[in-house]
Parts: sequence; structure tokens; C-alpha cells
Amino acid sequence: MNRTIKYSYQTLVYAFLYIPIIVIIIFSFNDTLRSLLWQSFTFKWYQELIHDTDLLKVSWHSLVVGVLSATFASILGTLTAIGLHRYRFPGRKTMHGLILFLIIVPDIVLAVALLMLYNFFNFPLGFWSIFVAHTSFCMPFVAVMVLSRIKNLDSELVEAAKDLGASDSTILRQILLPLLLPAILAGWLISFTLSLDDVMISFFVSSPAFQILPLKIYSMARLGASPELNALCTIILAITLVLILAAHSFMRKKSI
Amino acid sequence: MNDRQFRFFTLSISWTWLTVFALVPTLMVIITSFLETNTTQNITAHFTLENYAELVDVAYLKIFLRSLLIAGSCTLLCLIVSYPFAYGISHSSLRYRSILLLLVIIPFWTSSLIRTYAIMTILKTKGIINTILLSLGIIHQPLQLLYTNIALFIGLTYTLLPFMLLPLYANMEKMDLTLIDAARDLGASKLTVLRKILIPITMPGILAGSMMVFLPAMTLFYIPNLLGGAKSMLLGNLIQEQFLSANNWPLGAASSVLLIIFMLLLAHWYWQRNPDSDRTELL
Repeated sequence: MNRTIKYSYQTLVYAFLYIPIIVIIIFSFNDTLRSLLWQSFTFKWYQELIHDTDLLKVSWHSLVVGVLSATFASILGTLTAIGLHRYRFPGRKTMHGLILFLIIVPDIVLAVALLMLYNFFNFPLGFWSIFVAHTSFCMPFVAVMVLSRIKNLDSELVEAAKDLGASDSTILRQILLPLLLPAILAGWLISFTLSLDDVMISFFVSSPAFQILPLKIYSMARLGASPELNALCTIILAITLVLILAAHSFMRKKSI
Repeated sequence: MNDRQFRFFTLSISWTWLTVFALVPTLMVIITSFLETNTTQNITAHFTLENYAELVDVAYLKIFLRSLLIAGSCTLLCLIVSYPFAYGISHSSLRYRSILLLLVIIPFWTSSLIRTYAIMTILKTKGIINTILLSLGIIHQPLQLLYTNIALFIGLTYTLLPFMLLPLYANMEKMDLTLIDAARDLGASKLTVLRKILIPITMPGILAGSMMVFLPAMTLFYIPNLLGGAKSMLLGNLIQEQFLSANNWPLGAASSVLLIIFMLLLAHWYWQRNPDSDRTELL
């Protein structure tokens, strides 16, 4: 009896989490404009997406921003994590605190803060403003993921290398990077996902001349549900799923 | 590169980025919140507390109180739903646990915009809920669910539920189950076990989860914009409006500072209760 309640409750919560998403996926293949009833299977809505030149351009923007900001965020985040772990320096606690602040602070605060910075220095909104913003909010996630992995590394490896005369940059290249690689890759994948999904910050620091995918989805969703949007969301859900599963498996790996 | 140079290189890169793109902008928000605007909507370098005084004005106060109420009740609902669920998963057999956990991690990282859109398609006039209710004969006219406060509340709960589930799970997974057995052996009722053992032990998880639900619930402006009606403005919408249409940046900045204060209070409360915890555990 107790077990039945437990399992049906768990099923109910999972159903709540997944049914709305599954509905979008199913209806992206339904050959009807408005009705909820199943008509017939079609790829029509996907074909319409491919012919939408504006959408293709916006997707290309998102891909470029995502790859570049995830890469930069991974480099910065890894260096920050290594610095925090290996060195004792004045302001170390402040740096750690700043990283945590960036992660828990509501996105909208970061958005208005960056908008003010750009405005103050007359920095034009467009590709660069979005790239910097995305790098900034992804970098702390990489730093925390890498940091949690460094802490679990065998510190004797680094000590041994030091005793044998390795310099810090050699230790980074020969020991730390290979051992941290799974965490860095997971951080890259999560950063790319975050960049692909961000509406809050991009909404503030973008201009009509350079639009990215999440903003396009947002403006489409404001007009109401549509089969094309179902198809577009299905594609992004599929991409996200692959990225998350890959990141998840990297995080669990001991090393590559 | 020798070690000194390497150390300098690593730390200065991190410091430069964090200072220019995190510290300075945040300080700019705080400073601007104390500056005046003039009629041409420019910020002038005069100190004032006017922006904060304006926030307690009736119109804004109403938005604040509503944000607190909606975000607070959403957090509570997420907690009530998540608590038994996370407990169940964290103590399920090891064989299934990783897959059950993965099923929570996936929505955690999935775009909240797309998940909000998913709720839109469920609640719309010809959506699933109305169709089911109509065909069961419970209602005869489709209900107007979308663009109401109910839709907003459902949407927020749906979108933010994983952010409560994951911290709670992480906390409960480490719990020592023998404590509960011991208490039961000594004759404690189930309610006493919950009150005296479970809740105090899982408090870090409860606080971390609450923080991750409460703050976004007040600020994710696109959820009220997509699901709520004309009067469903929350704190995030207020800030968005001040910055992007009303052009009253100091007022928007003051609202943002208020959010930062909220966040620091919650974080302080969390760390006060878990002084020995690793600070990254909040994730």
C-alpha cells in the first residue's frame, strides 16, 4: 500500500514535468493548424522552418555566440578555478564570493548591470555585447564545476610534479588540464546550453540588428502557440537533451 | 613562463574579467539607484533617496507585495510537492536512482522559456485541459485559463519545480537514515520524526531550493508576459519596464538593489545555518 502511494506519487510528478514537453513534440508532427485532434503525421512544420531565412540567420547567430562564449567561459572559468584552488592571495575570498554571487544573483540584475556598463562606455549593442554577457554569466558555472573536481583530485600528483621540478605552467598543461578535462568539457556543454536558452540577459543587451534564437522564440511565443514554434522548440529540446546527457556523462567520468 | 609570471597571468585574467564585467557593473547599479533623473530622462549626478521613496509608493508597493505573495506561495507549493518526491528518489534502490535523478536533471537545464511555452499550449482555449474537461462534460464552455493569474502561478510552479527538487535531493542523499530508525525505535511518531529530525537535517536543502525558486519567480519577466494577464506584473516586469520603455533607470536600479538585498539576506540565512558547509554546496 505504502509503496503504491510512493510510486504513483513519483509517477504523477514526473508526468507533471514531462507531459507539457511531450505535447509540444507530438503536435510538431500533427498536420493541423489549431485543432488538438490528431490529423496525420507530417514534417510540414519543419519544412517551413527550413525555408524561413530570418530564422536560419538568427540560428546561425546563436550558434556563433554559443560556441564562442562557451569556449571563452570555459577558459576563464578553468583559470579562475585553478587560481582559487592553487594560490593564496589577498582578495581570494572576494573572488570566490563574486563567483557565487554571479551564480545566485537573479539574471535580471546582471542584465541591467551590463546594460548600464555598455551604456556608460557607449559600447554598441550587438554581437559583442551579447558575447560578453553570455561569457560573463557562463564563466562562474564552469569555475564551480571545475573547482569541485579539483578538490577531489589527488593533491599528491601536483606535489610530486613540483618535487620533480615541474613549473606551474607545466603542471597545468601536463597534469591539471588532462585530469580536469571532463569537468571543463561538461562546463562547456552547460555554458552552450545556457547561452542557447538565455532570454533575460540577451533581451536587455541585444539590438534588433543582431537577434538570437531565444529572443526569436520569445517574440514568436508572444503571438501565441503555433505548429511552427512547436517544431522549433522540438529541435532545441533535442539539442539540449544531447548536450545535457553528454555533460552528465563527462561529469561522472573519472578521467578521459 | 616562470611560476611567478604564471601566477600573475592566471590571477590577473580572472580579476580583470570579474572586475570589469561583474564588480563595476554591479557598483554602477548601486550608484545609479541614488542618482536623480531629469525630464529629458537623463541620469544626473545628484545624490537622492527619491528612487527608494518612490518604491514605497502605492503603485509600486502593490507590485512588490504581489511579487512577494506569488513568489512566496509558488516556493511553498514547490517545496510541498518536492519534499516527499526528493525523499523518495534519494532513498530508492541504487539501480534506479541515477536514472530517476537524470529525469530531474534534464528539465533543470532545459530552457525555461520553452517550458513556459509548453504550459501555454496546455492551458490555451483549445488546449489539453479544456478539451479533456469538455469531453468529460465537466464544463460546457472552454475555460479562459491562459492570460490569468492561475496560468501565471501554474507556469511559475512548473518552470521552477526542478530548482527545488535538485537541491533537496542533493541534501537528502547524504542523510543518515539510521537516525530515523533510531527515533522510530524509541517511540517517536511519524510527525515527530518529520518535525524533529527530517526538517532540521534537510534545512540546508530547503533553504537552497527556496532561494533558487523564490528569486527567479519574482524576476523571470517572460513568464508573466507570456502566461499572465494585463495585471500580472511582477518585480521583473517592473524592472524591465523602467529600463526598456519608461526609461527611468534610477528607479529600475533601486528595484534591482532591493533584489540584491533580498538575495543577500537569503544567502546569509543559509550560511548562518550551515557555517561549516562548503559554500559551493548551494548549487
